[in-house]
Amino acid sequence: MTTQQNVTQEHERGSTARQATQRSDAAMRPPVDVFETADGMRLVVDMPGVAKEHLRLQTEGNTLTIEGDLQFEITDRMEALYADVRSTLYRCSFVLSSELDTTQIEAILKDGVLAVRIPKRAAFRPRRIEVQTG
Amino acid sequence: MFEGLWGYEHPLSGQIRRLEEELDSLFGSGASLTGTRNIRSLPAGSFPAVNVASTPEALIVYLFAPGLESKAFDISIQQNLLSISGAREIPLDETATYYRKERFSGDFRRTINLPDDVDPERVDAKYTCGILTIRVGRRESAKPRQIEVR
Repeated sequence: MTTQQNVTQEHERGSTARQATQRSDAAMRPPVDVFETADGMRLVVDMPGVAKEHLRLQTEGNTLTIEGDLQFEITDRMEALYADVRSTLYRCSFVLSSELDTTQIEAILKDGVLAVRIPKRAAFRPRRIEVQTG
Repeated sequence: MFEGLWGYEHPLSGQIRRLEEELDSLFGSGASLTGTRNIRSLPAGSFPAVNVASTPEALIVYLFAPGLESKAFDISIQQNLLSISGAREIPLDETATYYRKERFSGDFRRTINLPDDVDPERVDAKYTCGILTIRVGRRESAKPRQIEVR
């Protein structure tokens, strides 16, 4: 009987955890810079408090979703007095255009700033065509 | 036909969200119903965001300031005011086309009122993952003490 209870509890905990990430009103949309260079798109996202192990980048088809769990030091008997930041989840997602190669996405996280580079597929990069005299 | 698109960058959806945030901050942070603010307070959404927590031993201030170095912050305490200032410069790529530019670039300063029972000599600050955590210890004499009855 205890095993049965454990399984139910795990399932409930699991579904609550899933709910926390699926409820979009519980997530914060972080400030992002989006710019296009000759070789692809770049995103720079402010996600203070997110360490690499709590960062998730996923592509599903043409959609890129970025999520990060924010953590900061808390101790026992701590009471909140003032809070600009009230959620612990950052999320943003973008629909990428088809000339971008979603299998070659590079991402670097440093001091809470995530820099993402999405290159264009080789065929779409500007190329000079050499004209030969003949 | 277009009702389903309400959420997508609709001109009003941003205003509704801002209204919710405004109401939230009004009632959430103990401000009065008339919206009276601390004279040094900044509008909601200013950089960097700040959270303040209290423990029996200290007051803890968190500044959400990513992309900086520890030495970029100028932290000072003067007469119960804790002030943190600095600058974050984001260089613009001249050859790129920008579609969104939401990250803050420029000088910033946030000021926090400290309660009377903290000791300005007992401050320490740490910067990790883009959060600056400042801990201001309370005076020894101000901590609750158990009094034994003989």
